[in-house]
Amino acid sequence: MREIHVSDIISSVKKLSIEANYYLGQDVIDRMISLKEKEESETGVEVMNILLKNYELAAKEKMPICQDTGIAVIFVELGQDVHLVGGDFTEAINEGVRQGYKEGYLRKSMVNDPIIERKNTTDNTPAIIYTEIVQGDKIKITIAPKGGGSENMSEVKMMKAADGIEGVMDFVVDRIRRSGGNPCPPIVVGVGLGGNFEQSALLAKKSLLREIGSPNPEPKWDQYEEELLKRINDLGIGPQGLGGRTTALAVHILTKPCHIASMPVAVNVQCHAARHKSIIL
Amino acid sequence: MAKTVYLKTPIDSKDLTDLQIGDKVFITGTIYTARDAAHKRLVQLLDKGEKLPFDPQGQAIYYVGPAPTPPGKAIGSAGPTTSYRMDPYAPALMDAGIKAMIGKGERSKPVIESMIKNKAVYLAAIGGAAVVIAESIKKSEIIAYEDLGAEAIRKLEVENFPCIVANDINGNDIFVEGVKKYKR
Repeated sequence: MREIHVSDIISSVKKLSIEANYYLGQDVIDRMISLKEKEESETGVEVMNILLKNYELAAKEKMPICQDTGIAVIFVELGQDVHLVGGDFTEAINEGVRQGYKEGYLRKSMVNDPIIERKNTTDNTPAIIYTEIVQGDKIKITIAPKGGGSENMSEVKMMKAADGIEGVMDFVVDRIRRSGGNPCPPIVVGVGLGGNFEQSALLAKKSLLREIGSPNPEPKWDQYEEELLKRINDLGIGPQGLGGRTTALAVHILTKPCHIASMPVAVNVQCHAARHKSIIL
Repeated sequence: MAKTVYLKTPIDSKDLTDLQIGDKVFITGTIYTARDAAHKRLVQLLDKGEKLPFDPQGQAIYYVGPAPTPPGKAIGSAGPTTSYRMDPYAPALMDAGIKAMIGKGERSKPVIESMIKNKAVYLAAIGGAAVVIAESIKKSEIIAYEDLGAEAIRKLEVENFPCIVANDINGNDIFVEGVKKYKR
């Protein structure tokens, strides 16, 4: 049994909140550069140049890449041999978010009630926390700040087994077609297949954490990711929806077993500022 | 061929006559910010026949909720938010005199029709280019609805604020035309 004080969780979440919002992953930047070379639209190339300049400036000026610094979505892999001491685990994560969003000059985008009151909680809490118990005596914490514009273009559909892989791909491509310029393309498309209603959505979100350019953990899905990427880029939506060949930077698929009666499909759309940072304690 | 245009606010309709979709526009002057919650309040005022917190004649509204201002800066990161959420309110504001809307993503048919009727334009700012855009904002001051936090109405002084014409006064739409061109 290894003891970890919750104050370490607070300081880690605080640091991750700030860093994820200032510094974009090199995998996203590299993919943006390589697709820019192939972009046929003059406006598209110009938009991508400005985005690349923006990532550089954000890091240099220590300012958030985007003003929408998102909901703080936190994934925790908690080793079963860890004993947390010194306070409440959930509160520690929220305190880390509170401190990070304040000290990093990040925008507070959470309202207390979805419909009636919609009053800003003023500290970007509560975070959305997913905890998984794993083997070992470490904690891995990942923050994925998620903006509203791209999240709003996401969807879950309960499909039939008879729809097959073609039906799934048609749904994914159509979801992106209907999104147009709204989610800030070039986007990353997270696809969750299987599980049940809510698990498919979580799979889609988790798939966004994979490094761009890395192979699918299940090789049989690589070809479908490539095919979807091609079909999505053939839509012509382009950077910011202004027309062009670069609508998506990548498509990621994550799957789970499902019920004999079901075929849940979830599409989680991620803007080009595909932010996530992890730490292992 | 796309051209580059330098636009000053307040805007006169004749400044917009030659603008075509795809043109690059750099705005200099005063612009006002408003997002969902502020739009709702502005249109409620118009419905009651009351005065807005700023004079809408010839003005530009920027759909943005900036990040907090760090020390030594005029404003925090300040890229556009998605415009369709303002569609229910935009025609009433154009009827009141607004000449330009700045945001990201496509607009609805009623908004495009109102742009033709009121000779107003919609300009696309680049979503996620929030630091680049912030550099063009020289001054920021909250003038109304401070209780809305990031959604408060701000008066911004901008210099060469970068955007692209998305809908011109003739009803052309870059989100339709651009996509047509690159679709396979």
